[in-house]
Amino acid sequence: MHPALQGILTILVGVGGCVGYFYLSNQFLDKVLCPPRGKNAGRNINRANIIRPWLFLLPALLALGTYLAYPVYETLRLSLTERSTLPDGSTAYAWAGLDNYRQMLNEPKFWEALRNNAMWLAVVPALATGFGLLAAQLTDRLKWGNIAKSLIFMPMAISFVGAAVIFKLVYDMRPIEQEQIGILNALYLNFGGEAPIAWLTVPFWNNFFLMAVLVWIQTGFAMVILSAALRGIPEETIEAAIVDGANPFQVFFKIKVPQIKGTIMVVWTTITIVVLKVFDIVFAMTNGQWETQVLANYMYDKLFRSNDWGVGSASAMVIMLLVTPILVWNVRNARREMK
Amino acid sequence: MAELKMTGIAKSYGDVSVLEDINLDIKTGELIVFVGPSGCGKSTLLRMVAGLEKITAGELEIDGVVVNNIPPAERGIAMVFQSYALYPHMTVRENMAFALKLAKKPKAEIEAAVAKAAKILQLEDYLDRLPKALSGGQRQRVAIGRSIVRDPKVYLFDEPLSNLDAALRVATRIEIAQLKESMPESTMIYVTHDQVEAMTLATRIVVLANKGIAQVGTPLDLYERPENEFVARFIGSPAMNLWPGEVIATGPQTRVKLADGCEAISDVPTSEGDIGLKVNVGVRPEDLRATENTPVFTGTVDFTELLGEVTQIYFDATSGDPVIAKLPGIVHGLRGTQIRLTAAPDKVHLFADGRSLLYR
Repeated sequence: MHPALQGILTILVGVGGCVGYFYLSNQFLDKVLCPPRGKNAGRNINRANIIRPWLFLLPALLALGTYLAYPVYETLRLSLTERSTLPDGSTAYAWAGLDNYRQMLNEPKFWEALRNNAMWLAVVPALATGFGLLAAQLTDRLKWGNIAKSLIFMPMAISFVGAAVIFKLVYDMRPIEQEQIGILNALYLNFGGEAPIAWLTVPFWNNFFLMAVLVWIQTGFAMVILSAALRGIPEETIEAAIVDGANPFQVFFKIKVPQIKGTIMVVWTTITIVVLKVFDIVFAMTNGQWETQVLANYMYDKLFRSNDWGVGSASAMVIMLLVTPILVWNVRNARREMK
Repeated sequence: MAELKMTGIAKSYGDVSVLEDINLDIKTGELIVFVGPSGCGKSTLLRMVAGLEKITAGELEIDGVVVNNIPPAERGIAMVFQSYALYPHMTVRENMAFALKLAKKPKAEIEAAVAKAAKILQLEDYLDRLPKALSGGQRQRVAIGRSIVRDPKVYLFDEPLSNLDAALRVATRIEIAQLKESMPESTMIYVTHDQVEAMTLATRIVVLANKGIAQVGTPLDLYERPENEFVARFIGSPAMNLWPGEVIATGPQTRVKLADGCEAISDVPTSEGDIGLKVNVGVRPEDLRATENTPVFTGTVDFTELLGEVTQIYFDATSGDPVIAKLPGIVHGLRGTQIRLTAAPDKVHLFADGRSLLYR
């Protein structure tokens, strides 16, 4: 079958299935299970009203259960077992207790990943939010502000891998006798550098070259959300501040920023979660070499390259443990914002 | 303690002119009210005084200094906004202290100023609350407090009561009047579209219309001696009735012949040459009374409104511009009856080409 036809068919079946499910399940509830007739009509109506929300929630609960809760449970189980392939080709799982975690904690690469993740956490959310706020404020009053905004927002539409490829070219190095195609080396040589540098292999600093990619992508996100928040600030409070004698910096830092503090925190934590999960950029640019390893890439290495399901799952659990509190806090904050 | 002088002030946005050639002198201690229909530019004029809008042409002087290009904070003005414009993340105390903090005043002075303002406005118990924990009236008082603290030369109020409910509006109006009394030296400019606020608060009212000033005067001046038909109909509610007519006798009193054999006598003096002049005769609804003699107006009542203190009767109610009369007390059974109305000569206004004959 032609893939396009297949796609259309899938959509039809999917949407039709959903509609059919909601229609038929409600019909079943009203006609068969609790018909609002007979001597128990009142009781049946009450029961139907109690059951109905669950009918609507059921598909979501099933999907979340299958694709979220079960994998978490399975990852936890795998992180506590050792998987081995028997001579006859089948796999066996043996209880390993905390051995996988112990092994992981003894690996310098894990600590390197943890340290790098901490650096990413300290740098990327702060820079992306800061630049986003700056861009939102500066483009707000410009005639060509919307064009500037689109340009800053555009990286959001590029996949992490695509962005990684772009920046790999930015950091590219050619032998000194050749023309440099990486803009960083071109600039470096133009401003007096002696020999081109393979930027991505410079330990410690190369982390920041990777972070630049994510900042570049996330600034657009931060800008869009913060720009909307800035526009929501009552104009009169700003005018009142001007009459009160505030200069533009004071208006920005003492009147505007405090009023959008909640939104800033939501943006910050959202980016924080993205950072904790960062994988593609590192995978595509250095694959964790030259001391740029991060947790997600470490997990991938263990799970799919070394086939060490135990340690790989253990590192996945570490990532989840780190993300969860921020996620909970973020959701709470977002809810409070909505009120 | 400030005088304010506007000379030829104009405002336009691009090609669209909003205000033209505004000339106004405001003396120390006055409470000037700008009134006018929506979109007449009254708020714009106030915002130009505040420095929030650029002045397109003309000069604005405060205490003899041209302030056209001086930033708002250095003009010595304070403004109370329609939506209160409190800083939502600051407590009442911080809201009131903000301007002084920016001016780097000593801490003790700030505290004393805030305490004093809080006492005047009865906000002492709320100083540590955030604006969202206050009622509308309290918020408005904080906004006023924020102005008082700065001890400005000129207070500017931009429709400060329009976000309050009716009962609170009356109470706050009285508070503002008392505040003004307690600070007789302070100059205030107050923008409103509410006539009652204008009439009760103002030392002088500035009526703005058609990009300019229609009339400046004390509230009673505007009511008793409107300069033109616009002011005549804008001040007073319901609006003044106008009937077209022709002058038939002149002298210290003027006789005007109206349609349907009606006649009006006015205390407005005219001269010989005015015989045959086409005029509009204006009488306020509250000045009309029943008569057996030659009426100013006669017609069949087709609608009445019993308000208790007065009874409003309508003629040609559906015409969009009905003639209205206000009779004292409750009068039943007028609907459908033929009524002859007249008015005392000192209550009859005469306008030619929209201008009052009093001001020729």
